[in-house]
Amino acid sequence: MNKFTEDDLKKELETKEYEYGFYTDIESETFPVGLNEDIVRAISKKKEEPEWMTNWRLEAFRIWQEMEEPDWANVNYPKPDFQNISYYSAPNKKPKYDSLDEVDPELLDTFKKLGISLDEQKMLAGVAVDVVMDSVSVTTTFKKTLAEKGIIFCSISEAIKEHPELVKKYLGTVVPQKDNFYAALNSAVFSDGSFCYIPKGVRCPMELSTYFRINQAGTGQFERTLVIADEESYVSYLEGCTAPMRDENQLHAAVVELVALDDAEIKYSTVQNWFPGSKDGKGGVFNFVTKRGLCEKNAKISWTQVETGSAVTWKYPSCILKGDNSVGEFYSIAVTNNYQQADTGTKMIHLGKNTKSTIISKGISAGKSQNSYRGLVQINGRAENARNFSQCDSLLMGNECGAHTFPYIEAKNKTAKIEHEATTSKIGEDQIFYCNQRGIDTEKAIALIVNGFSKEVLNKLPMEFAVEAQKLLEISLEGSVG
Amino acid sequence: MELKDKLISSFFAFEEHVDVNTKVHNTRSEAMKNFEATGFPTRKDEDWKYTSLKSILKEDYSLFPKKEDAIEYKDVKKYFIHDIDAYTIVFIDGIYSSHLSQTTHDKIDACLMSSALSKDKYKPIIEKYFNKIAPKTSLNSLNTAFSREGAFINIPKNTVADKPIQILNFSTGNESALMLQPRNLVILGENSNVQIIERHQSLTDNAVLTNSVTEIYAEKRAILDYYKIQNDKSSASLIDNTYVEQKDDSNCSIHTFSFGGKLTRNNLQFFQKGEHIDSTMKGVTIIEDKQHVDHNTLVHHIEPNCESHQDYKGIYDDKSVGVFNGKVVVEKEAQKTNAFQSNNNILVSDKATINSKPQLEIFADDVKCSHGCTIGQLDEDAMFYLKSRGIPEKEARALLMYAFANNVLSSVKIPELQQRINKLIANKLNVNLGFDL
Repeated sequence: MNKFTEDDLKKELETKEYEYGFYTDIESETFPVGLNEDIVRAISKKKEEPEWMTNWRLEAFRIWQEMEEPDWANVNYPKPDFQNISYYSAPNKKPKYDSLDEVDPELLDTFKKLGISLDEQKMLAGVAVDVVMDSVSVTTTFKKTLAEKGIIFCSISEAIKEHPELVKKYLGTVVPQKDNFYAALNSAVFSDGSFCYIPKGVRCPMELSTYFRINQAGTGQFERTLVIADEESYVSYLEGCTAPMRDENQLHAAVVELVALDDAEIKYSTVQNWFPGSKDGKGGVFNFVTKRGLCEKNAKISWTQVETGSAVTWKYPSCILKGDNSVGEFYSIAVTNNYQQADTGTKMIHLGKNTKSTIISKGISAGKSQNSYRGLVQINGRAENARNFSQCDSLLMGNECGAHTFPYIEAKNKTAKIEHEATTSKIGEDQIFYCNQRGIDTEKAIALIVNGFSKEVLNKLPMEFAVEAQKLLEISLEGSVG
Repeated sequence: MELKDKLISSFFAFEEHVDVNTKVHNTRSEAMKNFEATGFPTRKDEDWKYTSLKSILKEDYSLFPKKEDAIEYKDVKKYFIHDIDAYTIVFIDGIYSSHLSQTTHDKIDACLMSSALSKDKYKPIIEKYFNKIAPKTSLNSLNTAFSREGAFINIPKNTVADKPIQILNFSTGNESALMLQPRNLVILGENSNVQIIERHQSLTDNAVLTNSVTEIYAEKRAILDYYKIQNDKSSASLIDNTYVEQKDDSNCSIHTFSFGGKLTRNNLQFFQKGEHIDSTMKGVTIIEDKQHVDHNTLVHHIEPNCESHQDYKGIYDDKSVGVFNGKVVVEKEAQKTNAFQSNNNILVSDKATINSKPQLEIFADDVKCSHGCTIGQLDEDAMFYLKSRGIPEKEARALLMYAFANNVLSSVKIPELQQRINKLIANKLNVNLGFDL
């Protein structure tokens, strides 16, 4: 039996190249680089948007111009030049397809390489996939099944055109234009994204899913997602991403807004595996995402994320627990390797009575990477009987990486119960020895331990996604997850 | 005039006043320049996010009090831990009071910073230790610029101090508002051992702002127990900056008991420059009204095989605000580090606030680091148990609070001091339990 030690694992991790680095050669229509009011207008016009939308974008742009890029996060990167980015790119041939045969074969090929065969998924998994290739929604499946239930699941540009009353009512209510630098930028220039509305009392029969890909060189992707769960409804939404290899740093500044009305429940799961940069730290995606959910009475929002990619991650999916008895959950695995940097965590804002929140965050750092947890638990004066439990565990592989925890805990109510716990450790030699003793080789043992370490979070992923998550963990930590 | 401008303009007068060698003079001028450039910290600084100095900086502080005020021993007797025989260094309005003090040069030095700064005998020590570990923050710089008086404690190699040392700072209120900047230096030689008790006490209702800096150096195998009693009047504010540098096998512990004062900020930092070091910092905070206590701690693990323990308990009533900002940094060379941090809080009132930020920054893989933070209430079942046995509500509550803080209280190594602190807590909670805990 060959001995697989932690050193071997480390070496393997370092030499592991990005498997999904390929570039689809589809003609794209790309705007000239730079950003000004004309570009914002042009994007809006291109998308055939109504005037209120154009104004909304312009308002955001004006706010953005006044803002400064934040630098409080525990990450270092060359600041992107926002005038050197093209803000719109759409695959050229974009008629709406009725069947998969009409889709550009090259595009289909891309998905095959990703292991996401649309037709297969359609049949096997029962997942409706709203595929976002660069910025425009190319194909939407299972729309009819959903339509029967009254569920609206489409691209946000379509929603702006066809359901303006809903978009107008909710867009920007959870993440306002002026929320932060990247949210403002996104509000001004977002090209596309998903929109989802679950009517009152409807339980969405299938997992809704989108795949984002950044494809065109030099174009940042600005997705905007809006999910609205009306009273007593339920939806589980999946989001997964891979991006091709690229030398230049690519910017991704998405905004996700969730609205859970009374008694509704939203489960939002993300698997993020964008290009993390080469092993000497060159290239990679900048992932600056604003995700936030608003819970009304008795509502529940649950964020689950598996973060394995991106050179720099800056992401804090948050819950505003506005209604009484509402529940917020955050489950996260963040894996960093080589020169990756992740500063991720959550915010739980307790406003209503009897609100509950749970935070489970697992960080795994290898190579020369830096992995930070940054979280805020805020109990406001009127939030009687609020309850929070937080747990942040870090696993370090090698002594060139770092793990950091920055929890902020603010309590203004005496009935609050808050627990926060954090640990940092490495894979124990005795743990490996124990496995070896029982005939499990070291490679499998490490796999077992890492798997056990992340189990609490992996368990929270929907079945359809768990397999994919495992696959993506493998890419980042091959040989350690079996 | 803004306090900052006042400080800057009075610096030159101060410089002319004090008789010092050029080396310290340069240090002072540089520090002043640094303070001029940075000014007082504001809530925009991450380290001051939860504590604003605004309200205490607007007083018109007098910087140089007039002559020493005669206070009689009987007036301040109660502030001495008089049950124990101890060396005592007393300052009144920042000026050394010889008739209240009992200093020594026999085997150990427990004397004055002013003499250490000016006497040739101490020149090598000052050059080696003075202003070496205090980070160049604006408040430290300000203190350094005006450093003149404070306690100087030097325990030579292989010496165990025969008695604990008390450092007492009184302010009399002869001035309408007074700013004090004591500067202490504590040096423990190899294999030495000392216990120190420090207290700031205002005797007036006039505003007092103390910006104190203490540098502590523990050489190999030295043992230090340091106790800070902060039970001042509600007109007094304290910014306490304490920095500890430890060498191999040394063991330092600092206990902070914060019961009084308007605004108390404790900046406490440990730098572990050696192996097998043990650093302990513990604190009990019990506050009410509009009091504000902020503990800002840092343990910097630089070398392997060291330990650190942090345990802070807080009980907050009325509109009080508690802040805990604890940071543990483990460098990548510091393998086999064990670092523990715990912060437990009880909110008694609806208006009280707790802001807790326990941070870990870890660059080494073979370490055991953990932190825990809880915010909660007294156990209702335990309350019921006590009440059902005839203990009135107030006393039952106090008992449970004692139990809550017991971990920290029981690790005080001077029994008389422990009793004293128990009494302070009993007073604070307004109970008489009728027996000693």
